[in-house]
Amino acid sequence: METLVFIGQNLDVILERTLQHLSIVGVAIGLAILTGVPIGILITLNQRAADIVLYIASIIVTIPSIALFGLMIPVLSLIGQGVGYLPAVIAVLLYSQLPIIRNTYTAISNVDPALREAARGLGMTPMQRLRRVEIPLAIPVVMAGVRIAVVMNIGITAIAAYIGAGGLGVYISRGISQSDPRQLITGALMVSLLAIVSDYALLALQKRLTPASSSGAGAGH
Amino acid sequence: MIKLEKLSKVFETPGGGSVIAADQVSMEVPEGEICVLLGPSGCGKTTTLKMINGLIPKTSGSIWVAGRDTDTVDPVELRRSIGYVIQQIGLFPNMTIEDNICVVPDLLGWDRKKARRRAGELLELVNLDPAIFLKRYPKELSGGQQQRVGVIRALAADPPVLLMDEPFGAIDPINRGVIQDEFLKMQKELRKTIAFVSHDIDEAIKMGDRIAIFKDGHLVQYDSPDDLLARPRNDFIASFLGSDRTLKRLSLLKVSDVMLGDQVRVTAQDDVARARDMMQEAGHRNIVMVGPRGRARGFLHLNDIRDVTGRVEEHFQALPTTVNVDDDLRTAVSRMFRHDTTWLACVDDDGFFKGFVTQRAISHALGATYRDAAQPAEAFAEAL
Repeated sequence: METLVFIGQNLDVILERTLQHLSIVGVAIGLAILTGVPIGILITLNQRAADIVLYIASIIVTIPSIALFGLMIPVLSLIGQGVGYLPAVIAVLLYSQLPIIRNTYTAISNVDPALREAARGLGMTPMQRLRRVEIPLAIPVVMAGVRIAVVMNIGITAIAAYIGAGGLGVYISRGISQSDPRQLITGALMVSLLAIVSDYALLALQKRLTPASSSGAGAGH
Repeated sequence: MIKLEKLSKVFETPGGGSVIAADQVSMEVPEGEICVLLGPSGCGKTTTLKMINGLIPKTSGSIWVAGRDTDTVDPVELRRSIGYVIQQIGLFPNMTIEDNICVVPDLLGWDRKKARRRAGELLELVNLDPAIFLKRYPKELSGGQQQRVGVIRALAADPPVLLMDEPFGAIDPINRGVIQDEFLKMQKELRKTIAFVSHDIDEAIKMGDRIAIFKDGHLVQYDSPDDLLARPRNDFIASFLGSDRTLKRLSLLKVSDVMLGDQVRVTAQDDVARARDMMQEAGHRNIVMVGPRGRARGFLHLNDIRDVTGRVEEHFQALPTTVNVDDDLRTAVSRMFRHDTTWLACVDDDGFFKGFVTQRAISHALGATYRDAAQPAEAFAEAL
């Protein structure tokens, strides 16, 4: 009850922090798609490169987020950005690489070889093949990777409050340090809600991007 | 026209060795004909086909397609000018049927409307209703429908040359027969030059104007189906064609090829004695009775009328069956066996009596080594 009152009294601040939170995740995921999808496509050309890239991406995910933030402080301090927005975005960007690269790689390499042969045989250039056939077929799987990355990183961004990046994590860290359950619960609740809502929104987007009758990437016929 | 000259393909194996997939293959598919590349798996037929549109780069030799040396043409442009159909069909599941058919016209930069209109026309050509199918996705179609779309997609930009890699191999036998017939009907009008890979000898005989048989990368024999079946060059070919290869020729010959176009016939009103005289004169033991306008109505057997008098209509028997002059001999023989008879009356589409065909004439035609000597011989009417 106390928590509800708290939420009612602080709606404007909650909204502001939610938007801060979303901005970190949104920008980072946007950049992660711009880097991860091309990397995922490129490594389909070379098995060895694929192994190395996926290995590195897996290692990054195993670094605890709090440690990653700590590691970035001395490096980014060189450009005066040791704490705050930039390290938070970089961390999310790095964590997102694995699901996005891996899903892109898997989706593109699983495109039915017969479709690839048909595309070549009909006279598509490699780029046309990618744009007209392989990427459209890969979209559902790539989007699944993006959804994983978003949900995972909404949680990780909450921790970025410790390095002054703002966002809903501020309620959680203050709730802990001030022994204030109202703030703690508000933060946790909002982070969870944000994750669930984002996941559904992206699922809806994924369905829109997939032609009604071709769900399931790489399915031959 | 497709012309191959000393075309070879050598694959390097991981162990440092090499495999010759095609060895000095030279052949020519004349304008408007279907050439079936036939052989056991691993014989080089598919490799040869895929070298024509550059999907597999050739090691040496040269290829001409529609008068152009393919070395002088950009591979992507070359492929857009050659229709390509594969066994796995390969319709793009992310595109509607319409967009699938329009892939090559779109790549060639055709006017969108013109391409879409053509997609509808092509669907009609293979008996699929454009109103129903244009906006569907491949998954919503049956295998047979999908492959019809696969074929018309290859025809969309009206290429003079078509490459087909076991196009009907994945379709159930009943549908396969139907699609083969449809395709042959289309081909009669379209007159494309087609290289068609198959491992099915019956399909090859049915579809091919010529058949090229491959073994271990070599082109062993290149002939018309009839010549191939009549004169296999060596034991490999003979065994590949099967011990029943002579019977397979039945489906290549038409009834009219061996029919005795005999004018000997009687009408219902004729006197039996006259019928008897006609049979004895012609050396036949049966004679067909025709109606007033010449339709086959029945027949008389010499033994039955030896000692009777009266008109033909009082003594004739119904014909157990007839055969159309355009049917193949396989149908004719099948009818003969079914009705335990050694001859059949031949009729045209309207039922008019045209002549007859005998078992003896058929076996003579099949047994003749040279096709030219297998013309209907008057001497083989004796079974009548």
